[in-house]
Formats: sequence, C-alpha cells, structure tokens
Amino acid sequence: MGSTITIDPVTRIEGHSKITIQLDDDGRVADARFHVTQFRGFEKMTEGRPFHEMPSLTARICGICPVSHLIASAKTCDALLAVTVPRTARNLRRIMNLAQITQSHALSFFHLSSPDLVLGMDADPAKRHLFGVASAAPQLAQDGIALRKFGQQIIELLGGKRIHPSWIVPGGVSHPLSQEDRDAILAMIPDALKRAQRTIDWYKGTFSQFSDEIRTFANFPTLFMGMVNPKGDLSMYAGRIRIMNAVGDIVADQLEPATYQQWLAESVEPDSYLKSPYYKPMGYPEGIFRVGPLARMNIIDRCGTTIADQEWAEFRSLQRGAVLSSFHYHYARLIEIIYCIERIRNLLNDPDILNDHVRSFAEPNAFEGVGMSEAPRGSLLHHYKIDKNGRIIWANMIIATGNNNLAMNKGVYQVAKHFVRGEQIQEGMLNRVEAVIRTFDPCLSCSTHAVGQMPLQVQLLAPDGAILDERFQG
Amino acid sequence: MKRQTQARIITLKIDGVDVAAREHETILELAQENNIFIPTLCHLDGLSEYGGCRICVVEVKGSNRLFPACMTPATEGMEVITNSERLRLYRFSILDMLFSERNHVCSVCVSNGHCDLQYLSAKLGMTRVEVPYLNPKVDVDASHEHFIMDHNRCILCQRCVRVCGEIEGAFTKGVMGRGVNTRIIHDLNGAWGDSDTCTSCGKCVNVCPTGALVEKGKSAGEMVKRRDWLPYLRLMQED
Repeated sequence: MGSTITIDPVTRIEGHSKITIQLDDDGRVADARFHVTQFRGFEKMTEGRPFHEMPSLTARICGICPVSHLIASAKTCDALLAVTVPRTARNLRRIMNLAQITQSHALSFFHLSSPDLVLGMDADPAKRHLFGVASAAPQLAQDGIALRKFGQQIIELLGGKRIHPSWIVPGGVSHPLSQEDRDAILAMIPDALKRAQRTIDWYKGTFSQFSDEIRTFANFPTLFMGMVNPKGDLSMYAGRIRIMNAVGDIVADQLEPATYQQWLAESVEPDSYLKSPYYKPMGYPEGIFRVGPLARMNIIDRCGTTIADQEWAEFRSLQRGAVLSSFHYHYARLIEIIYCIERIRNLLNDPDILNDHVRSFAEPNAFEGVGMSEAPRGSLLHHYKIDKNGRIIWANMIIATGNNNLAMNKGVYQVAKHFVRGEQIQEGMLNRVEAVIRTFDPCLSCSTHAVGQMPLQVQLLAPDGAILDERFQG
Repeated sequence: MKRQTQARIITLKIDGVDVAAREHETILELAQENNIFIPTLCHLDGLSEYGGCRICVVEVKGSNRLFPACMTPATEGMEVITNSERLRLYRFSILDMLFSERNHVCSVCVSNGHCDLQYLSAKLGMTRVEVPYLNPKVDVDASHEHFIMDHNRCILCQRCVRVCGEIEGAFTKGVMGRGVNTRIIHDLNGAWGDSDTCTSCGKCVNVCPTGALVEKGKSAGEMVKRRDWLPYLRLMQED
C-alpha cells in the first residue's frame, strides 16, 4: 500500500510551508510537492493608497529583505513620476541594496544552512543549529554574525534603522550621506572582506564532501534569469534581463523589465499559495527557470570587482555550460557577499557619493510603472497602475522566491526520490528534503506577499490519501 | 493687543495643588498654565473648544460624572483630579475606540513619528487595543492638487473644520453623517479637488493631529505639521 509523507513545517527557512511525498505501492517515491501554506494579499491591500506610500507599505512584506522591496517599489514609483533619479541617489540606493544582500546571504548561509554543512546532514537535530556551529566552528559562526551585522549596520547608518528604514523614497532618497557615516562604513570594509574570504576558502575545502547532495539537490536543466548591465556585468540595482539555458547559451538578452508580461507568465497551483512564474515563450512547465545567486553567477559575463571575479572564474569551472546543482547556491551566495563588499567600497570611494542632491520631485507623469531589481533571492518585480489622483488601482508583484517555485518543487521530488526509502521517515532524509529548499533560501513571507514563526511538516500519504506517517519541526 | 479687563480671581485645587484662575478660564487652560498635564486631542491653541474627543476628562470632587477639562470653567472651591485609575481606564477606552473605528497603521503612515494620536497613546502607556477592529473600507480623497484627505486616519476631532471656518473663513470643510458613519466633507460632499470654496491654504493639513490630512508626495514618516503660527493668526484676528 502506498503512502504520503508530510514535512510540516519546513524549518530554517523564512516563512511557512510543508512538503508532501507520495509513495507508490512498493514504497517508492511517486511524487513530492512543496506547498506554501500562507497567504497575505498585499497586492489587494494596497489598492486605493497614494502611490508615494508604496515603498514603505510593500517593505512591510518582509523583515529580512525590506530594502529589496523598498528599491523595487521606489523604482516603480520613479517610473510613475517619470523622473531621472539623481546619480548620487542611485548609488546610495545601490549601497543599501548591496548591504541588504550581504546581510540576507549571511543569514541564509551561516544561520540557516551552515549547521547542515558543518555538522552534517545526519547530525543530531538537537545540536544542528547555529549554536552547534558556534561550538564546532566558532570562527565560522563569528564570521557569520559579523557579516550580517556589517550589512545591517550600513542599512542603519544610511536609513536610520536596520529594519524597515523609510529612507528610499520615490525620486531618490530622503537625505544625503554624511562624510562621517561614509568613513564609518569604509572603516568596516577590510574586516568584512577578510571574513568573507576566510569563509569561501573554508567552503571550497568542504563542499566536495557533499557529492551525493550536489548530484541530487535540484540538479537538473532549467533556464536561469537575472539582471545584467549593458556590458553583461552583474547588476543588482539597474539593468536589463538576461535568460540563459542549461548549456550556457543566452536565450534572451537585454529584456526590458517593463515588457515582462510579454516573456513572463505566472501559473497557479491548487495546493500552494505561491504562484509559479515561467518563461512564456517556452510555455508551462517547460519554461521553468531559476533566479538568485546561482542564476546570477551563471548568466553574467563577469562580476565587475577584482576578488569576486577571481572566485567567479573558479566557480564557473565547476561545470561546462551553466552550473546546474542548486547545492551551489551556497557557493554563489558567498561569491556575491564578496562582490557586495567590494562594490560598496568602490561606490563609497566616489567623492560624488556625498553630494546632497539626492531627490527628484514631480507629480505623477505616467499612470503605469514597472520597477525591477535583484533581491538576495533573485529578480524582484513591482508593477503598479494609478488613477489620475495618484491612487493605486492595481498592483502586481513577482517575488524572487516565486520565480524558483517550479524548481523547488522539482528539487524536492529529486531529493525525495534519491533519499526516501520505504514508509518510515529517517531524520536524515527529512533534513535533506528541507536542505534542498534551504539552498534556494526561499522567503515565503515575501513570495506570498505571513505572520508568525517559520516552521516544516512532512507527511507520508497512501495512494488513497491516508496519512501513514507524519513529522513536524518547528 | 487685547485689552485686559479687571477679572475676578477664583481659587481651586488641581491634584491637591492650590491654583488661581481668571473668570471663565477652563480647567484645561488653568492646568496648562500650572504645568499640570491633561491629555488633549481635539483641543488646539488658537481654535475654539469643541469638547468632542473626551480624552481630557477630569474628576471633580462632589460629582460622580466626568468633566471635559477643555469645556469646564474653573469654579470657586472646586477640587479637580486629573489623573486616577478611573480616568486612565476611560482614556484608554477612548483611544481603543479611536484606533478600532478606522484603519490606523502607524508603521506605514506618512505622519509616523509626528502624530498626536500616536504620541498620546505612547505617553499614556497604551500597549494594545482591546476593542475589535472594525476594519472599515474607507476612501482616500486625493482629488486636491496639493493635499490628500485619508479618512482611514481621521479621528473626527474637527480641528480642520474649525480652522477652515474660524481662521481661514472659507467654511469648506464640514461634517456629515452620524456615529461610525460620520465623515469630514467638502462643501456639499463633493470631491475636495472640485471645491469652489477651498483656498488651498493648507491650514487644515497643518492642524490635523494625524495622517488624515497630508501634503501630496510625502512618504512614510515625512509629514511634519507646523502649527506655531496658529495662536498668532488668532491674535491678529481678534485685534
């Protein structure tokens, strides 16, 4: 008799979800699904609000990456104002976005995933957490906490507070950077860079132990999507979209974000609140693509900063064509941390960064606007329509995590198929199913635009739907 | 300047302290002169008293009922209590009902950090709203060229109505409906932007205690109201 395993809730991720694994009569995995169990409805909630409130309103979608929403939303509002944002303001926004990516990547790699990497996938769950890492590898834990602090402190120095700063506004930023704060950030750079390099050196010596996981953690051909600048360099703030296939060929390049409806569509699954975007020309589900650090490291021609580019060259030698295993999201994340630190330093060394012309003012000049930026987890898009009085009449947001939904589902199936045997759930197997999700660093609160803790549920279901076995973590 | 006339002096106690008041002086005015804190919301120096919000209620010995300090004249021998457990609970109830009646979401409000309602709630030690939220669907009137009227954040203090009539003399703003359906309206309940009488002076925006009346183009926390001009305008008008 077949059965279904349910992992509910999925742990060490941001948001609420569960995984169900369907077994056939012989106890082999027939299907596995990743369900996002929370609903928020921000797109509806914002209707009727003056568009100037949108950056702060949508930033409340998430406490981990409010800056990403601030940026995508402010860029959408810039499009509504139809103004050119002053160069200094664009660069200040860039710095905050890079600081945000650094702190979010540090949270994902060190706080959420490093327990699996340092202590092992089969380690005692009672010790498999950040405190376990702090006992086993104190330097690594310290580096993780310091790198997150580095990002958060920059956000605070720029925006006045670490979470939900309201500094990024339509037309620019609300106040310029002081020389004192610029110098304070620059003084933090060498230590952060040293910690990031030490971590990547450790990781490069470690990840080969996970060959089984690398082979099976969402390791399949998909498209990869991300933003690049006109030269093809990594770009987190502004640029156009590039799409690459699994063998490394560019399928589409320099796609204008405002035209996203021509090449991007969203499908709705009956068992999840998370929608599944796909590349429209290839249809559903063949248009499956991945976004985020792995995708970005695949699609770019180079990062554009010295140390990150050296690491990137080494990363790209892992596989011909595109690097396909989602396990390498971790690796890509570490390269991006280095890139962010270097790029912050370069931007701050431009004397123009202290210019006090940081905001453009205008009445709304367009009734529709699209804004896109690279969030820690991938490409983030906001799209608003307003009435003649500047009130939101329609809003659509395509969140980075959502873009990875099809790949996460397929990844859960691949891992379950490889590791799950019989009807009894082994803890190590359950952890691997969760760990594949963690490689994507999903932010489900964002992508369903929930409130509460972040817990995983695994259910073992019989072909008739009866629950045979069930495990909870939370 | 206003000519001083001979006034009778009234003596009374506020919170056990002997104080002296001029004739017709209210308990609120007297308390403010003597640096005794009584919370207010609908009151604003320079505007007539309305007594609508009831947050300034005080106890008077010898009476079981509560008195709005802004509307109650000081009388000889009166013993006023401005701070008691009973008053604290009444004031919390008022704040509870103000917060629950409309949609006040401080974190994303343009007046966050510069709001009288938010400041007062924090000062009085409010930590939660005990009354269930009504979550009404309320409109935002953004038809005016420069200003926005967000009924979600209106507490019906009517400062805007008073300043519009008493100081600007335009009488654009008024009140319509009853109870929870009460709304601030413009002229004969038309869109603000279509008003023939509004002079776009912006006084209503600056006297509004919350983010209900704000300038267009402001982001969260950016709307700072300026009210220091109001008592001067009143003095000039009286002269």
